[in-house]
Amino acid sequence: MKAVYNAPKSLKKTANSYCPGCGHGLVQRILAEVIDELGVREKTIGIAPVGCAVFTYDYFNFDVTEAPHGRPPAVATAIKRCLPDRIVFTYQGDGDLASIGTNEILHAANRGENITVVFINNAVYGMTGGQMAPTTLPGMKTTTSREGRDTTTAGFPLRVCELLSTLEGVEYIERVALFDPANVIKTKKAIKKAFQNQVDGKGFSFVEVLSPCPINWGLRPLDSLKYIKEKMLNYFKLGIIKDRSNCT
Amino acid sequence: MPKIVNKKILVSGNEAIAEAAIIAGCRFYAGYPITPQNQIPEYMSWRMPEAGGVFIQAESELAAINMVFGASLTGTRAMTSSSSPGISLKLEGISYMAGCELPGVIVNMQRGGPGLGNIQGSQADYFQAVKGGGHGDYKMPVFAPSTIPEAIEHVMDAFDLADIYRSPVMILSDGILGQMMEAVEFLEYKPKNKLPKKDWILNGAKDREPRSIYSLMMQSPTMLEKHNWKLAEKYKKMEIEVRYETYLADDAEILVCAYGIMGRICKGAVDLARNAGIKAGLFRPVTVWPFASAVASKLGKKAKKVLVVELNLGQMVEDIRLAVEDNKKISFYGRPGGAVATKEEIFEKIKETAK
Repeated sequence: MKAVYNAPKSLKKTANSYCPGCGHGLVQRILAEVIDELGVREKTIGIAPVGCAVFTYDYFNFDVTEAPHGRPPAVATAIKRCLPDRIVFTYQGDGDLASIGTNEILHAANRGENITVVFINNAVYGMTGGQMAPTTLPGMKTTTSREGRDTTTAGFPLRVCELLSTLEGVEYIERVALFDPANVIKTKKAIKKAFQNQVDGKGFSFVEVLSPCPINWGLRPLDSLKYIKEKMLNYFKLGIIKDRSNCT
Repeated sequence: MPKIVNKKILVSGNEAIAEAAIIAGCRFYAGYPITPQNQIPEYMSWRMPEAGGVFIQAESELAAINMVFGASLTGTRAMTSSSSPGISLKLEGISYMAGCELPGVIVNMQRGGPGLGNIQGSQADYFQAVKGGGHGDYKMPVFAPSTIPEAIEHVMDAFDLADIYRSPVMILSDGILGQMMEAVEFLEYKPKNKLPKKDWILNGAKDREPRSIYSLMMQSPTMLEKHNWKLAEKYKKMEIEVRYETYLADDAEILVCAYGIMGRICKGAVDLARNAGIKAGLFRPVTVWPFASAVASKLGKKAKKVLVVELNLGQMVEDIRLAVEDNKKISFYGRPGGAVATKEEIFEKIKETAK
């Protein structure tokens, strides 16, 4: 009998700690598939953030290190410079990348480090219980914005893709979302391109994934997907934000 | 680059530290400009690529120490340097390195504080260096060189200790040593101990099981405690690395205790005292952690008076008090604002103490 569907080799056969309906499991599955398909599992080093995804070192079946909160791009920079022929990626949430780690991501991008960054934007601090994140939508209720994010005091959600796209050093930036199967497939395509770019030595590649956090949003999983489609997309536009290889 | 080893040259402390690291096989350096240590990143910026290593001028002290974290986990010998305010920022990363058991060398060319302080030499970061500094109760070996040749030796040994114990190691020096020049000879680097195989690094799981490096330990309620007991055993083992120097201390009635640059100056003060017929001697911790408590205890208990001299408001003096266990005979003299005490000044203090 021919196997038509298997667990990726790049995932360990371990139960994960994610909540029902969470997007992390889906993106990590995609990552594992992409790494398998590119045949780079044995030379990949992943960098886990601080946040819900910190335990990825228990889930991925390749070398993974933890990094202090917000610092994965600095750690990745050094790993890649020391081992240029390895595949190095960071996996970071919005608190990690867009708040405490804005400096690190900005400068790694600006240096054009040949690394891949997967940025999970679920608009809240997940692991700590749903506090307001830099990407929380205006008016969105969180445990530290009980009446909804007030833009007069908390500012507006940070559009990291657009911000980074102004930097010369960046090769590729795309924003994708997980709200339906077609977009899950697009997410995989984007992540694969971001890794292929690194294999080809093209430089800094960045994929932002709009991802559901049903528990902290106070929504059912399906309603969370609807929330991404109907609310988040109004603020965070999907698509390729920058692709240097397309503008020759 | 002319051959530097086994040749006498005039060099600043900062440059000597940088070159010693290169000779010891350091192949990754990340740093951020801050006075009085700028000659280290400046030197590394051209010398490291020449030696086939990686130099990165980091965007911040935080990024620099985390780059050391990343380089270290690939098995590369890695170093960063800074001065006091910058070291405060690095402490987060140092704590993670201690938790993750990652080797690395951190150089602190101390300046005056608190806050931005000034750019003169100081010893105000003793507590920060030897009592943990960052969060979580970790320890790391801390060398306090008093001369440039000693700094060279310490840097080379620091890389070895870092690898042997899988631990961050600090060089706790100061702006004076960093800026001054001495004629030194760089010796061939030869590890004093057998270095362990780095069978824990992350370089891609080819033909082996995947590895991970982490400090978060909450998968079970006792996991972290178990890990910390393991670290405690390691800290216990590190105690054999203790180093100290004594000078005319065996029959000393006045025991002067000082480390780093003040250790060197106090040696001169002890000579002045001896010439004046005062039986003074010096106890100079060379590693300030591990601390030579047993030696301090023995010499301090034997002496009539103990005078602790530091360029701060009194920090090591607490370790001396714990060791000597006789507060009445211990006095402290400090210069806390970036000024350096002269040997004549210390001699006056020795005379007062002897009265």
